[in-house]
Amino acid sequence: MAEPVEKSTLSHQRVVSAWVFLAPMLAVLAVVAVYPLVRTIYFGFTDASIDFPGQAQWIGFRNYLEYLDFGDGTGEFYGLLADPDWWRAVWNTLRFTFFSVLFETIFGMVIALVLNTQFPGRALVRAAVLIPWAIPTIVSAKMWAWMMHDQFGILNDILMKLHIIAEPVAWTANPDTALLAVLIVDIWKTTPFMALLILAGLQMVPKDMYEAAKLDGIHPVRVFRKVTLPLIMPAVLVAIVFRALDALRVFDIVYVLTPNNPNTATMSVFARENLFDFDQFAYGSAASTLLFLIIALLTIGFIRATRMNLGGER
Amino acid sequence: MKHFGKFTGVLLGASALMAVSAGAVELNIVHGAIGKDNEVLRKELDRYEEMTGNTVNIVSMPESTTDQFGQYKLWLSAKSPDIDVYRIDVIGAPQLADHFVDLTEATADIIDQFVPAAVESQTVDGKLVALPMFLGAPALYYRTDLLEKYDQPVPETWDQMTETAKVIMDGERAEGNGDMWGFVFQGAPYEGLTCNGQEWIYSYGGGRIVELDGSIGINNPEAAEALNMAKSWVGTIAPQGVLNYMEEDARGVFQSGNAVFMRNWNYAYALADGPDSPVKGKFDVTTLPVGGEGDSSAATLGGWHLAVSKYSPNPDEAIELVKFLNNFENQKERAIETSRPPTVTAVYDDPEVAEAQPFIPRWKPVVLNALPRPSAATKRKYNEVSSEFWTAVHDTLSGDGTAEQNLAKLEAKLKRLRGNGW
Repeated sequence: MAEPVEKSTLSHQRVVSAWVFLAPMLAVLAVVAVYPLVRTIYFGFTDASIDFPGQAQWIGFRNYLEYLDFGDGTGEFYGLLADPDWWRAVWNTLRFTFFSVLFETIFGMVIALVLNTQFPGRALVRAAVLIPWAIPTIVSAKMWAWMMHDQFGILNDILMKLHIIAEPVAWTANPDTALLAVLIVDIWKTTPFMALLILAGLQMVPKDMYEAAKLDGIHPVRVFRKVTLPLIMPAVLVAIVFRALDALRVFDIVYVLTPNNPNTATMSVFARENLFDFDQFAYGSAASTLLFLIIALLTIGFIRATRMNLGGER
Repeated sequence: MKHFGKFTGVLLGASALMAVSAGAVELNIVHGAIGKDNEVLRKELDRYEEMTGNTVNIVSMPESTTDQFGQYKLWLSAKSPDIDVYRIDVIGAPQLADHFVDLTEATADIIDQFVPAAVESQTVDGKLVALPMFLGAPALYYRTDLLEKYDQPVPETWDQMTETAKVIMDGERAEGNGDMWGFVFQGAPYEGLTCNGQEWIYSYGGGRIVELDGSIGINNPEAAEALNMAKSWVGTIAPQGVLNYMEEDARGVFQSGNAVFMRNWNYAYALADGPDSPVKGKFDVTTLPVGGEGDSSAATLGGWHLAVSKYSPNPDEAIELVKFLNNFENQKERAIETSRPPTVTAVYDDPEVAEAQPFIPRWKPVVLNALPRPSAATKRKYNEVSSEFWTAVHDTLSGDGTAEQNLAKLEAKLKRLRGNGW
């Protein structure tokens, strides 16, 4: 504990008061975040059932991987890491995350660029764009489920009147379009969020840069690529990380639009099903733990790969 | 300590309620509403409130029984005192038996009035976990006017139904009714598809998902034939969207006059026959078709039953409420207004019920011989068994693998799930 350099009383006091101010938040975090997390990880190593979690027995890594010898020279791997349903859920989640974040970023950028220009009624448009984001996910998902209904849905009606499709498409039921349907709803819902974050970045760009570029007669596309994009990149990257974190644990949209459908079931859906529907609380806990690990690794990887500056240091 | 805790609990509860009205308690009943369930229940609860001075709140849940079960399990494993009475699916209560009050003693004086099969389905190791409220057994709904118009008989086999559906659908479409479909059922991947699937397979002589003794024989040619038949409907006589249909979706199509046949539970009868229904007076019901000669028709035993939570602060009032809701008068009223088959045997023979819902007395033998799901054989693993089964059926219907492949996969998964025993 010996300090090499004696600290001044003032800086010592500041450290103490910082901890005092932090303490309530740390206590709350410990109760609402750390405790459930640790408990979930613990249950992943037991044979707990939801009815009587108190009677859980430690079984080590058997929920993750276990080789079962049948005694006749054959055997089989059991556990999450050998479960094709789990890997399917992982693959579904990654696909969903990639496409939703990609399109949300592109559309969000376009909307942000439009909203960043001066035009009459801009305040009104800005507010209107936020509506999809303001509607609770569960409500918008149910609303879209009705709009996508193959018999009563308005979506098919419009597309048929426009002669884009010849007969009604069962958007959420057809295995080929189920993921597309989920993506459409998610992109509709979350693009405003991306637009808002990117717009915030755009507003930080000094106006005189554009004026200088205008005076020099530089093409707007070139201005966008050489001036705007590099300057708003940090904001865009933060937005992407936020969005990807959200998308990786997506649950509600999938659950409402295509319940129990293995073609769209994500990691969260898989975990919930095992935790509550099946008598597999420990297995579901193990799945939740892996979900946590995967999100953490992907996020750290992304931050590293893009050399994002999250600390605020220069 | 235990007594003391209970005592203070009662004291606290009583003193809290004393402020409202002396002696009266507040109860909460939870259930998923389909059709007119909420309306009729509220009416019955109003009478109960008037009679006892207690108040009862309805906590409504989503339509899907699979969704409800997850929530119930959460409440119960958290020992939540918020809900006193659960209305729970026939397959649900046995899985949650440990959380419910044993009703054997409280209902000893009335239990003989109930349909024995219903009571049996809710008895786990000698403990009555829920008092049967109403039963369910599906029917084949058909449009009498259309069968007459095209001079077709009421189908007895699935093949006949398929053909008739196609003839009428094509005919109606040629006359300009482009929204017409031949057959609608419940094809979404959830508990309802398990019911549909086991009916097809059993009626083809393919046996049960899991036999009564726990053995697994689902991977057989008859079962594959049944699933192949069902697959042939999707996109031909049934809309592609049927792969995501639950009860109310199917009813929506049938009741708006856009389907010749529908497989649905009894509740749909009262609604389709309601004064504002476009198909009122134009349809009837019959037993579900069979695979071929010598096969027997299968109707899945359904039903919803009332269980009292162990964590209810007012168990005595809750038990009284359960008994009240299931007495003869209320069952009779429910039978008349919602066309749900009652669990009190005498209601089937009541002349007023027969007049209002001619369907119900006719359905007595169907209900009594209904095919239960393998929830007794597979116990706490039932939900997972059902999920594996509906996934195999749904995959087959949506063209993800053949019936043979999916049944083989299902057999392997069930065996693995069973392990040393259910």
